[in-house]
Amino acid sequence: MLLINSFLFCGIVCLISQIILDNTKLTPGHITSILVIVGAFLDTFSLYDRIIVYVGGGALVPITSFGHSLIHGALTKANSLGIMGILTGMFDLTAAGITSAIIISFVLALIFKPKN
Amino acid sequence: MNLYIFFICIHTINGDFMKNSKYERIVSNNKAEETRVRNAVVAFLVGGLVGFIGEAIIEILCSVFKISRTDAGTYMIVILIFIASLCTALGFFDKLVTKCKCGLLIPITGFAHSMTSATLDYKKEGPISGFGSNMFKLAGSVILYGVVAAWFFGMIRFLLGGKI
Repeated sequence: MLLINSFLFCGIVCLISQIILDNTKLTPGHITSILVIVGAFLDTFSLYDRIIVYVGGGALVPITSFGHSLIHGALTKANSLGIMGILTGMFDLTAAGITSAIIISFVLALIFKPKN
Repeated sequence: MNLYIFFICIHTINGDFMKNSKYERIVSNNKAEETRVRNAVVAFLVGGLVGFIGEAIIEILCSVFKISRTDAGTYMIVILIFIASLCTALGFFDKLVTKCKCGLLIPITGFAHSMTSATLDYKKEGPISGFGSNMFKLAGSVILYGVVAAWFFGMIRFLLGGKI
């Protein structure tokens, strides 16, 4: 059931952003930035956590989950440390994704040559 | 008389031209409509497939290595980033992106693709002023607006006294 839900959720997010891309003058950069802000907004009142419970891994794949995990780590740290926790805990959950993306693209840039 | 024929000729040529351009405009409008619908369907199917693969990877990791769902989610994101970066470096991810557009740009694969392609593009200009300073050229806006939005909404939630 989670497999079907994640197919539908991820597909609908991509469908909406494709419709926005085709009918307006926004570039993909604009749309990904907007989706990150939407993800952070949805987690302000823990809505995205409920989506993850129903949808499973499909909710972690779109870029909205990036905004969600930024604010989720910040608020989790803020519970124990107070207002400084928002600054120290910001990258707690997304650190794995950003660090691995940096290291992988660095190593691949050393190995491969650019095409065309 | 000659002049008269000349005018008729110009008139008919003009008329044909107008008719042609109108016809072409209608055809191109219909084509644009068709490509929009096709793009949307392809984005839905490809994006859904990426989400399906993500959930499948989580379930496989959970059942094979006996780890919790949260840890499996982190590993899944790292695996997807690795696959997307490798495909970009091998050179065929760009062709897939031009076909599927948002189906591959909106999932985390698009983030990895933008970083790897920026790094490879600026490889010629050396490690510091080349790919060192241009690595976040495309992915930087995502991180910037994510952090600003998360800080803003996090402060609102914290000041309202909500606890997770």
